[in-house]
Amino acid sequence: MRIKKTFILGLVASLGFANLGLAPSALAAGEAVKLKDIEFSFEGPFGTFDRAAAQRGFQVYREICSSCHSAQYFAFRNLEGIGYSEEMAKAIAAEYQITDGPDDFGDMFERPGKLSDRMPAPFPNQNAARAANGGAYPPDLSVIVKARPGGADYLYSLLTGYEEPPADIELAPGQYYNAYMAGHKIAMPQPLYDDMVGYADGTEATVEQMAKDVTVFLAWLAEPSMEQRKSIGFSFMIFMSIFVVLLYLTNRRIWRPIKKGAMPWVGKDEKA
Amino acid sequence: MSSNPSTVEQSDENGTTRRDFLYIATTAMGAVGAAYAVWPFIHQMNPSKDTLALASAEVDISAIAPGQSIKVMWRGKPVFVRNRTEKEVAEAKAVDISNLRDPQTDAERTKPGHEQWLVMVGVCTHLGCIPLGEAGEFGGWFCPCHGSHYDTAGRIRKGPAPLNLEVPDYQFISDDRILIG
Amino acid sequence: MSTGSFKPKNGALRWFDDRLPILSLVHGSLGAGYPAPRNLNYFWNFGSLAGLCLVIQIATGIVLAMHYTPTVAGAFNSVEHIMRDVNYGWLLRYIHANGASMFFIVVFIHIFRGLYYGSYKAPREVLWMLGVVILLLMMATAFMGYVLPWGQMSFWGATVITNLFSAIPLVGDQIVTFLWGGFSVDEPTLQRFFSLHYLLPFVIVGVVILHIWALHLPGSNNPLGIDVKGPQDQVPFHPYYTAKDALGVGVFLIFFGLFVFYMPNSLGHPDNYIPADPMVTPAHIVPEWYFLPFYAILRAVPDKLGGVLLMFAAVGLLFFLPWLDTSKIRSAIFRPAYKMFFWLLVVDCVVLGVVGAYPPEGAWILIGQLATAYYFAHFLLILPILGKVEKTKPLPQSIAQAVLGDKAGAKPAAQPAE
Repeated sequence: MRIKKTFILGLVASLGFANLGLAPSALAAGEAVKLKDIEFSFEGPFGTFDRAAAQRGFQVYREICSSCHSAQYFAFRNLEGIGYSEEMAKAIAAEYQITDGPDDFGDMFERPGKLSDRMPAPFPNQNAARAANGGAYPPDLSVIVKARPGGADYLYSLLTGYEEPPADIELAPGQYYNAYMAGHKIAMPQPLYDDMVGYADGTEATVEQMAKDVTVFLAWLAEPSMEQRKSIGFSFMIFMSIFVVLLYLTNRRIWRPIKKGAMPWVGKDEKA
Repeated sequence: MSSNPSTVEQSDENGTTRRDFLYIATTAMGAVGAAYAVWPFIHQMNPSKDTLALASAEVDISAIAPGQSIKVMWRGKPVFVRNRTEKEVAEAKAVDISNLRDPQTDAERTKPGHEQWLVMVGVCTHLGCIPLGEAGEFGGWFCPCHGSHYDTAGRIRKGPAPLNLEVPDYQFISDDRILIG
Repeated sequence: MSTGSFKPKNGALRWFDDRLPILSLVHGSLGAGYPAPRNLNYFWNFGSLAGLCLVIQIATGIVLAMHYTPTVAGAFNSVEHIMRDVNYGWLLRYIHANGASMFFIVVFIHIFRGLYYGSYKAPREVLWMLGVVILLLMMATAFMGYVLPWGQMSFWGATVITNLFSAIPLVGDQIVTFLWGGFSVDEPTLQRFFSLHYLLPFVIVGVVILHIWALHLPGSNNPLGIDVKGPQDQVPFHPYYTAKDALGVGVFLIFFGLFVFYMPNSLGHPDNYIPADPMVTPAHIVPEWYFLPFYAILRAVPDKLGGVLLMFAAVGLLFFLPWLDTSKIRSAIFRPAYKMFFWLLVVDCVVLGVVGAYPPEGAWILIGQLATAYYFAHFLLILPILGKVEKTKPLPQSIAQAVLGDKAGAKPAAQPAE
């Protein structure tokens, strides 16, 4: 029995060690700043995306973020995933001009967006984006929530983390102070100010509200399949729990005679 | 299952039915679980969401004179758009459909008010080759692969193909623009 | 007990088996015809679990390859395409990505089980060495697989690891250029890594077959580490161990599912969701967790070549383990001193893993060096000496006697194991 216990301890230790591998890297990038811990509806094993918040967040992304940040994996058809009807998604798509072509004369042309189109990027390429933003490349936001330690909490903290720089910090032109950015120097000026967008549902557009909404939108954009993942996971766990109980009972019943001392091979040799 | 366990099980004092039920339940649940597990591996081969979204193509037909046709790409396949001559339309309408392999009237294959326009997926219904236009014994299309002849309404008339050339879902947005899909 | 005695009851199957005895083969290797010690504990489940992991990785890998594009421009996009648009693509990818970690967890436990119960000793030396070959192949496969999503960690991990070979005197730089197929990790590197990542698992399958073959000649070791004395010590593999393995699989899948469904990215690194950028190195490059102990050994030596040699030696050493351990007694149950050193080695490996995760600064450097020194001392000093000087406990006469005691009809055993 003792052997088993120590072995299980070893197993637990090796798992702990798996997780330790992550902790320091999160520290390295976040510089040990404690992130604001926001309760998002998509957290936890049954979490789902708050559709209304995601739609407001989409509005913030469209009206503010998208002037510098692309979201290259975001197609208009995806809008149905945050509760827009197909008609509304089509209407939103049609508000964008998409470069298509070449036409019969070999020229590219512009046409209104369709559901199958992806959100057009604000800059044609990385170099153009850098040139327009003082040398700093505004990252694509498609998977940004998965690409930063701390994920959604980090993003919210960053968006609400603009402060007056402490006296000992020297900021170069084009740099801003942010409490949550690694090194505290960020090339993005504070993007959100109160009432920058007018929410259709009457929600007050404070900086915190907009930051939270756009974080919900980007968390969804980073992983649109999350709800399906968790719901399949739940069914899987229920199924496997019952199955394991049955396997346990089967195994116990099969082994019972052996535990009592049966010797199935004894006497079999003579027959063979 | 071999005979080995039976010698052991005979010494088991428990009732046979309960034991059998346990084994059957476990095996059945394993089989159901395996079946569910296999499904994602199969379903991943079906068209992905972005492929399904690319389902429509808009075509400008204003430049196609009578007797001319164009080929456009839709879902990775060629679509024939033909502005038929009056003679071709008349020929197509004159056919007695009761003798056809895949009976369809010309009206069923065109849009009312735009009878001269024939829009078809340009893939032979035999084995998927692209038929040649204005060819074959019926003045329509002819598939060079295995010799299927289609008439001026794209109906199969002779050769191995079982069905008429497929007419996709399409609509006239205006008199000179169509939307396929 | 012998395979030859097997005859399928069904006439058609018997006809077939007479011409291609594949049913007899299964019967004799995984079925009721394979005798296994009656006292195997749950740590013997990890062999079949490792086999299951290999099957899961190959199955998910083959379908992922149907959607993946091994090009610099397309790799990251195709992975996101799998995650977003391919039917159940996210599920298949998360199973595959987390499956690599599961495979290593299972194999590490399998290896430490072998160390604890002396499964590498005569007559199972070749079985053990084949296992080390499988470990090496797994490491190569996992490393190349991690490069394929073409994120920042993929790119810089590939750069750092391939640069290890530049430590080789004289031809090092040429070898690295050869591995890359260019002057940096780029298109040709990605494409060859994809090709090899697809190939190597099938090589692993081949070595696994040899591994099982080598197992079936002497049969399984057991927790007591003593040889099987007769039929009273054995039970047929089926149904006893097939049932036990199935239970193990069920529990393992729940553990696996927790990661896949509820924390699919917890074992990965956020930087790998940033597309590879050859102009920007991430602040802190860490390999996947299963490489961390080796990474710590690599960095324990300030010398480039020395570190690389030491790291490869850490695995290469295992080939010689059957001869480095001079004790004739297999199981740690009867070797109290070895048991203590075994647990010290486990702790040492965990420490190495932790050191590997931190930047080599301050106290971590010293801890890493001490832990590395102890790792080698365990195999090169402690094991050879211990076998000569340790006081061992008396071995039981047979498995049946030890496990069953009175019930076996013999005099009571000294110490039941379970």
